[in-house]
Amino acid sequence: MHIMEGFLDTPWWQLWFAVSIPAILYGIYKMNKLVKEKREILPLLAVAGAFIFVLSSLKLPSINGSCSHPTGTGIAAIIFGPAISAVLGTIVLLYQALFLAHGGLTTLGANVFSMGIIGPLVAYLIYKAGMKANLNFYAVVFLATAFGDWATYLITSAELALAYPAGDVLTLGGFLSSFEKFALIFAVTQAPLAIIEGAVSALLFKYVVNVKSDILVEMKVIEASVVRKLRGIPA
Amino acid sequence: MSRKLEIIVLAIILIFAAQFIHMSSTTDAEYGGADGEAEGVINEITGGTYKPIAEPIWEPPSGEIESLLFGLQAAIGAGILGYFFGYYRAKKTYENELGYKGKSKSEGDRPSLEGDRHSL
Repeated sequence: MHIMEGFLDTPWWQLWFAVSIPAILYGIYKMNKLVKEKREILPLLAVAGAFIFVLSSLKLPSINGSCSHPTGTGIAAIIFGPAISAVLGTIVLLYQALFLAHGGLTTLGANVFSMGIIGPLVAYLIYKAGMKANLNFYAVVFLATAFGDWATYLITSAELALAYPAGDVLTLGGFLSSFEKFALIFAVTQAPLAIIEGAVSALLFKYVVNVKSDILVEMKVIEASVVRKLRGIPA
Repeated sequence: MSRKLEIIVLAIILIFAAQFIHMSSTTDAEYGGADGEAEGVINEITGGTYKPIAEPIWEPPSGEIESLLFGLQAAIGAGILGYFFGYYRAKKTYENELGYKGKSKSEGDRPSLEGDRHSL
């Protein structure tokens, strides 16, 4: 989903920075506050960040003969919310921009917006809605993280289509025509990878629930009654 | 502990792996990066006139170095994951053992979330 260095012209790269920077700053503020109040969440924060590191480094082959990588941001979004996920996503994107020439510094704002903000936001909203509807916990985690991953790539397609509308002038038709072309690459390549990401995320959550469910309950990520049910203990 | 979820996840991965093996041996799919393909579309839309406004300040000098750095990224992440899951797991076991010592049996059987941990 990385838009490569230099591939967003003025005013687009500035625009995405203008949108992303407030979200990152708010995320840093929230993260500091959370760590100050509950120091015991630090390891969980590290786990969520590390998961993004691992998943976004794996370029996987997809069914259409292209490669792309999962984002891994869904776990952070579910546990800590989209703002803190934006901070974690930025760290990973910065590493890749500086050391791998993957993405770039001028396009960092746009990449943070898609992978750090909208993807996690979608995952977070689906998770909340799914838990409210009393669906199976792991199924909800799967749906939330898979659609969060997929949304990231749809936003990337939209960002590129805005900067490169067909016919060179930004009209709705030009935008849609370009969006279709970019989405055909990104959204199709990403669909199977999103399914894998959702499955692996659900599995990781199983282990978090096993070893550290008390923190999840305390942070209101999950209710104590759900934890009991997952462990097969009659309430 | 039930292993149902593990089996489902493994099955999903195996399905995609089998698809990959089948397709890579029967077609000449390139498995290039989607990011690079997007660059192709940009060239197509702009008629090849677009010049990037900036160049990466540093690029891995070869594919080998690039895979080294990608591998490093995964290794750092995996190391942290393993460390903390090990830490939590050991902590839980250790706390439960200590918890059993000073406690009478009825306390240990409390049907609360705390008590439930003993039975795992």
